Order: sequence, then structure tokens, then C-alpha cells
Amino acid sequence: MNAPQRSAGAAIEIRKASKRYGAFTALNDIDLHIRPGEFMTLLGPSGSGKTTTLNLIAGFTDISSGTLEIGGKSVTGLPSHKRNIGVVFQHYALFPHITVGKNVAYPLALRGIKGEDRDKRVRRALDMVKMADFAHRYPNELSGGQQQRVALARALVFDPPLLLMDEPLGALDKKLREWLQLEIKRIHRELGTTFVYVTHDQEEALVLSDRIAVFNGGRIEQIGTGRELYDNPATLFVGRFIGESTVLRGTAEAAGSDTVMTVGDRKVLAHGRLAGDARPVILLRPERVALKRPGADAVAGENRLTGAVAEAIYLGSGSKYEVRLRDGTVAVVRSPLGAPDFSIGETVDVAFMPADLTLLPDDASADVTLT
Amino acid sequence: MPSFPRVLLGLFCLLVAVLLLAPTLVVIPMSFNGNKSLAFPPDGFSWQWYENFLTNPDWTTSFTNSLFIALIVAVVATAVGTLAAFGVTRAAARTGGLLRALLITPMVVPGVVLAIGIYAVYLDTHLVGTVTGFVLAHTMLAIPFVLIAVQASLEVFDRRLETAAGSLGANRLTVFRTVTLPLILPGVLSGALFAFITSFDEIIVALFITSPYLKTLPVQIYTSITRDADPTVAAVGTLLFFATSLIIIAGLLFGMRRGRT
Repeated sequence: MNAPQRSAGAAIEIRKASKRYGAFTALNDIDLHIRPGEFMTLLGPSGSGKTTTLNLIAGFTDISSGTLEIGGKSVTGLPSHKRNIGVVFQHYALFPHITVGKNVAYPLALRGIKGEDRDKRVRRALDMVKMADFAHRYPNELSGGQQQRVALARALVFDPPLLLMDEPLGALDKKLREWLQLEIKRIHRELGTTFVYVTHDQEEALVLSDRIAVFNGGRIEQIGTGRELYDNPATLFVGRFIGESTVLRGTAEAAGSDTVMTVGDRKVLAHGRLAGDARPVILLRPERVALKRPGADAVAGENRLTGAVAEAIYLGSGSKYEVRLRDGTVAVVRSPLGAPDFSIGETVDVAFMPADLTLLPDDASADVTLT
Repeated sequence: MPSFPRVLLGLFCLLVAVLLLAPTLVVIPMSFNGNKSLAFPPDGFSWQWYENFLTNPDWTTSFTNSLFIALIVAVVATAVGTLAAFGVTRAAARTGGLLRALLITPMVVPGVVLAIGIYAVYLDTHLVGTVTGFVLAHTMLAIPFVLIAVQASLEVFDRRLETAAGSLGANRLTVFRTVTLPLILPGVLSGALFAFITSFDEIIVALFITSPYLKTLPVQIYTSITRDADPTVAAVGTLLFFATSLIIIAGLLFGMRRGRT
């Protein structure tokens, strides 16, 4: 086997954890349980607390209140060099004064692993990231992607039960990033190590993760698989952060156990009601919506809103439309291949079933510009 | 054919170079003077002043005294100055700036003023004419040079490498030994060199705290030239000139080699 030994991944248990810097609260009372061997992504915009959480786990900062357990043991007050956790940084952080081989051997030397055993493990780790031919080079002779692969080998060579990655692909171009994402996924599968991955890129989170924790303003909005977050977002923020969406706003009234929202001059029926007195909004996913000619192809029970096509993009696998509805909202629609084509300026009906929309409480913080 | 302004510029630079080098270049021929006088141009040729420097105990002891003191100063000032540089760089910006200003005062305060102060204190504490006295005074004068050199290195040092080393299992001392120190070594070494030279050619304070039993080389040069216009001074000057030139050339070559990798 090429890769370092399969190791039992460590579980992480964070309870009621907060991190304050003076008057600023970077992390507000979060609970996070990560299973052994899981690939957990902490996703959120910058300043949302995801990196703070990673730094707490790594031991780079102290927790202000709450508890943090790794592998069943409390690590409060334990400095980072005693935690035995691999960390990969966005800026690679390879030691520039020693060769690639010596960089990877560094954590082994600290653990008293010498001679042939050390050489063998360095070679295995470099093989795993396909960098074995570069052992005698210096870091500044390598490209960004190569440096990050060496950093990954260095963080894994001592078989840590837990690997933390802080936007490791953030400085790389798209093609390289996509290839390395698959490499990281493969390595995770081979090792069985628990991976905790920080990113602000929701597509990257969907590609990599077993589960994703969505951070916003120092809190966790929702934890779940990519599918759960996409199909059943718990908050408007999650719905807007993951994937594309259209948000409909209007005056809502209860109708039995359902909700009726007036959007412009039309009424939209949504199943269920919100608990409490939060103002409801409706979230639509682009592929759950169909474009129809005005008044045509009616289906019993469907909601219809009328608008004009503002943008039509042919994507090969289908088409993407932006439709300006009468109340000014821009709806995003993805039509599959074979669906009728519409051109810019055409009046269309946007049709969707009550079962295919998500009713959520309105939230002003979800409207921040997302990157 | 270079244009007229270029020729003029070249000539001007040559003039400046001659002006800077002239005093040194005058010393070299004087050191081979056949007579016991510091006349220029020299009269005749002999190696006798070099011989005198190497055999006369006044010269040999003062030379070894200077070497010994300067070496200790280099070690102590480098250690203290490097630690100070860490403190200054990593303290809060305002505290750091204040500390730095305080620590470089020995460079700013006139040498004579410092010398008087040191002399007054040394009289009371019986440090006049002692190695300890010299080492203490010269270390104080040398620390600012180390501080500045090391601080320059620390400012370009990427602290995130320390975090990375910590995550790989290194405690703070190991991080310093294996990551920080190797990367700021050029600054530390040039600081050490500055410290050595600061002590080795220091004259003002030395004149105050010297005694007939403990003279450094600059003091010996000074007494020799004021008492008997002995060309041995020129021989010493020539030797020091070549020694320092060699050190600087070696330093430049080393720097060029490092710069390439």
C-alpha cells in the first residue's frame, strides 16, 4: 500500500463553545459533533467563525467558554504541539530553508522516528501526493499546487487521527483546484482519518464533504449532508448560500394548515406554516421550476407567476433563464434539454408545485453579498 | 563613444571614491617607511613596523585584549540584542516602538557623554581597567546594531511558519531552533559582526576606562601616535584594513550565494 497507515479517525465534540476577542464575539455558543473518519466541511462567508472553529480545534487559540473534546478527551489548555493533529494552511507554510523531503521528515524527527523507518514513511507520504520525484527540491522551486501537495504529505506523514485544512485550495486556479479536490477525496477514503475542511466555496463543500456545517455570524445555521442542505435548508441563509435560488416575498396569511402568500397580483400556496410570528418567505430551486407559455399547460394545484425573460443562457445540458417577475423579483430557472425554448423579452409563466418550494422565516442577514 | 554627461558622471564617481579611499591608501605606504616617522610619502622601505607589531608586548597584548573583549561582546550583544529584537517586533506596536527608541539610544547619545557617565559609575564600582568593564560598556554600545539587524530579518520572517511547526509537534524552543533561527540567521550573523567591530574599534569610552594594565588596540594606537609618532600604527592600520576587507568580501559572497537559492 502506497499511503500511510490507515488510522482510526478521531471524533470531535464541541459543546456550547464561544470565542470572544474583547467586545467582539467571533463564535457564539456553537455545538458541533464530528464523527470518526468523517469529512466535515465548515462552510461560510469570511468572518462567519469557521476559521475560528478550526483554530480552536488546532489549539492555535483558546476557547472562551464551552468544551472541546478530541477523541473523547478534553483538550482545553493543551498546546497545539501536543494535540497530534495535521494542519494544512492556505499559504502552504512549507519551511523554505529545507528540502521537500526534510519538510516531510520534520514531524517524524520530532517524534523520534529515525533512519530507514523515517525515509520509508517520507517516501510513502510523498508517493501518496505524487510528489516523490521532488524530495530534493526546495519549496520555492515548486508551483503552488505542488507546494500544497507537499504540505498535505507533511501533515499526514505522522498518521494523525485528525487533519484540519484551512482553505487549502484558495490560492490556486480553478482547474488545479478541481483536480486537487478529487485527490483530497481519494486520500480521505484511503486513510480513514477525520478531515475538517474550511472553505467559503459551496461547490467545493458539496464535492468533498460527508457533511457540511454552514456558519453565519459566529453561529452554525445548519449541519447536514449536501443534499439535506440543498433540499431542506433550515434557514434562508443556508438556502441562499448553497446553490442557486429565488426568494419570493409578499404578505402571507394562514389558510388552515397551509400558507398563502400574495406575490405581486398573484397568490402562491405553500404547504405548512411557520412556527412563531416570523415573516415567511418562499425559496425556490431553479430546477424545481418550469417555464410555460402564459396560461398554457396548466396542472392542477400548481402556482404560477408571470414575468418577462431577462436572460437566456444555453448551457449544453439545458438552459438557464432569468425571469423578471411582475413584482420585480428575478427568478432563476433551469430547464432540462427538450423543454421549450424562450427568448429574451418574451412573457412567460413561472410554474411550480407547492410541494417543491421551501417556506422559511425571513432573515436580513441572508441578503449580505455572498462570495 | 559614451556621451559627455556620462563621462562627467564617471569622473565624479571616481572623485568620490578617491576621496573616500585616500586616507586608507595613504596609510599603506607609510607602514613600509624606512625611518621612524609618520611622513608621507615614506622614505625607504622596511618590514620593521610589522615586525614591531608582532613582537612588541605593548602591541601584542593590546591586540589580544581587543580580540578577546570584542569576541565576548559579539556573543553577549548578539544574544541580548536578538532577544530584544523579538520583544520589540512582537510587542504591541506602541510598546514596541517605545522600547526600540529606548534601546537604540546608545547609538544616538554622543560618545563622550556616555563615556563620562560610564567612567563615573566605574570609578565607584571599581570596573575601570577591567575586562568586565570593557565588555559591559561595549555590549551596551553594540546592542542597538544587533537589534536593528535582527529586527530587519524578523520583519520579513513569516510567523505562520512557527504556527505550522507547532502543529507538527514542535514546542516553542524547538520551533525557534529549527525554523525561526535558521531563517533569521543572516540578520543575527550581521548583527554579531557589527557588534564585534563596534567593540574592536571603539576608542572614546575605552580612553576613559582604560588603565596601564588593560589597554585595547585603539587605545594603544592613540597613545602610540600621541607619544612617539611610531609607524607601527600604520602597519596595524594596514593589517586591519585587509582583515576587514576580507570579512566584507566573504560576507558579500555568502550573501550572493544565499540570494541565488
